[in-house]
Amino acid sequence: MTTILGIETSCDETAAAVVRDGRVVLSSVVSSQIDIHARFGGVVPEIASRAHVELLTPVIAEALVEAGVDETGIDAVACTVGPGLIGSLLVGVSAAKALALVWDVPFVGVNHLEAHFVAAFLEEPELEPPIVVLLVSGGHTMLVEVSEIGKYRVIGSTIDDAAGEAFDKVARFLGLGYPGGPAIDREAMAGDPNAIRFPRAMMDSGYDFSFSGVKTSVINHVRKNPEVVTADVCASFQEAVVDVLVTKARRAAKELGAKGMALAGGVAANSVLRERLLDACTDDGLHGFLPSRAMCTDNAAMIAATGYYRLRDDGPTPLDVGADPNLRLAIFT
Amino acid sequence: MLILGIDTATQQVGCAIGGHEGVLAAFQASKGRRHAETLVPAIQFLCAQTRIELSEIGAIAVDVGPGLFTGLRVGVATAKAMASALRVPMVGVTSLDLLAFEVRWSPRRIVSVVDARRGEVFYAFYRQVPGGVQRLSDMRCGSPEELCSEIQATGEEVLAVGDGALRYRECLDDLTRVEVEDASLAYPSPAALVQLAHARALREDFVNAWDLQPVYLRKADAEINWQTR
Ligand SMILES: [Zn+2]
Repeated sequence: MTTILGIETSCDETAAAVVRDGRVVLSSVVSSQIDIHARFGGVVPEIASRAHVELLTPVIAEALVEAGVDETGIDAVACTVGPGLIGSLLVGVSAAKALALVWDVPFVGVNHLEAHFVAAFLEEPELEPPIVVLLVSGGHTMLVEVSEIGKYRVIGSTIDDAAGEAFDKVARFLGLGYPGGPAIDREAMAGDPNAIRFPRAMMDSGYDFSFSGVKTSVINHVRKNPEVVTADVCASFQEAVVDVLVTKARRAAKELGAKGMALAGGVAANSVLRERLLDACTDDGLHGFLPSRAMCTDNAAMIAATGYYRLRDDGPTPLDVGADPNLRLAIFT
Repeated sequence: MLILGIDTATQQVGCAIGGHEGVLAAFQASKGRRHAETLVPAIQFLCAQTRIELSEIGAIAVDVGPGLFTGLRVGVATAKAMASALRVPMVGVTSLDLLAFEVRWSPRRIVSVVDARRGEVFYAFYRQVPGGVQRLSDMRCGSPEELCSEIQATGEEVLAVGDGALRYRECLDDLTRVEVEDASLAYPSPAALVQLAHARALREDFVNAWDLQPVYLRKADAEINWQTR
């Protein structure tokens, strides 16, 4: 039995969790800074870093208490080492290494993106690889083949804006506030998704994505038609983005012979994306997995779970590592 | 009581272990600025060389700044995590106090000056008192020109210490009655941190890991822009 404390501070969530054997979540505490950043219309790195310093100690303490374990019950400390905001990452990495040192247990550096893929298996133990994961967040849009837990291959990613970034930018332009994803989702409920035909970039070519064109097209359309109904704009924009995402994921699953499809990342909370992906799975006879809202957004349970597999396969991470804001995915095939 | 001191508030990474017997071991590296990579292995090294187990540490002292934000947070986050894991109290000492403590033998007015980047410095004035130094002013963030005019306003002999004083020494050298302390004392000393913290620990002048916060002295840019728009 291996019980791991996970720590996540790569962006604007301060999180700690205790997970047993990479599967059983004993606790998962997330302190979101959304309110702190809202008035600036986006995450401010220096403010995020300051908040992590303030919040991390109590968040870790709460995770341990909630899990009902004390330090003698922790077998390793896992922490996100990248990608993310460097100042934020360093707060978590510093604390994680300090805890590993004091408790005399292994430290495990975790790639944040890999953790998003592992999240699906953490929440849905019946999910069987190979699967195709569609990771969509404010920072990333990628299609990934997971052949088994810990073994994955990126098959497509965005060549410009991340999907979540496009949502944030369109929401800001429409004056809907931050974060943009939930705001557009809400507004779109009252709109007609077929009111305006926004472009679907690179729909038929490969697995890469591009979302900067649709964002520009929304802005131009609204400037040219100031009377347009905002709800219709939101619904049509969302429709265009979701259409591209689901079509490509579906094609990838078919081509790779995957048994299932899973969503990951903050944009996985989008109601239309969830509905469409599940419909596609039903049509294609695939196991569809939609993460809970808590698992979509950044959390430390997925970090602790990933730490379990990395410790098992690669062993501890040396204590002289730092954080890498541009950390790439190691490709395991 | 054994104290582990951690200092990463400036370009330097430092740590030291000491107690009533004085400073037992200290580590300092001021080139490279790889704070997060260096700090924990340096602490391991100190413990191994002194044969001190972390469980023997009775308090964690940390330089709380002001200084370079990202580096500063590495030390503070490490110190807070260690203190809470060891269930020991903390002592926070400012970088400016540490710099002044190193020149406490000087009868002159002392000004500690830390480079704040972007053409600014963090600074505060001190004077010698039995056993140490006493801060005479608030800690401030300002331009070298503001610092110079404050120095002149004292009308006294002044000893300036710290990497900020060295960086803007041209401006300070123009003043009469000012001497800039040399580069060997440009950064806070982890040994001084342990000494100062030990004195505070004897008075039980502690703070717990939950409450200890860095001293930034400057708001995040976004907040500055927000307030001035
Ligand atoms: Zn994420």
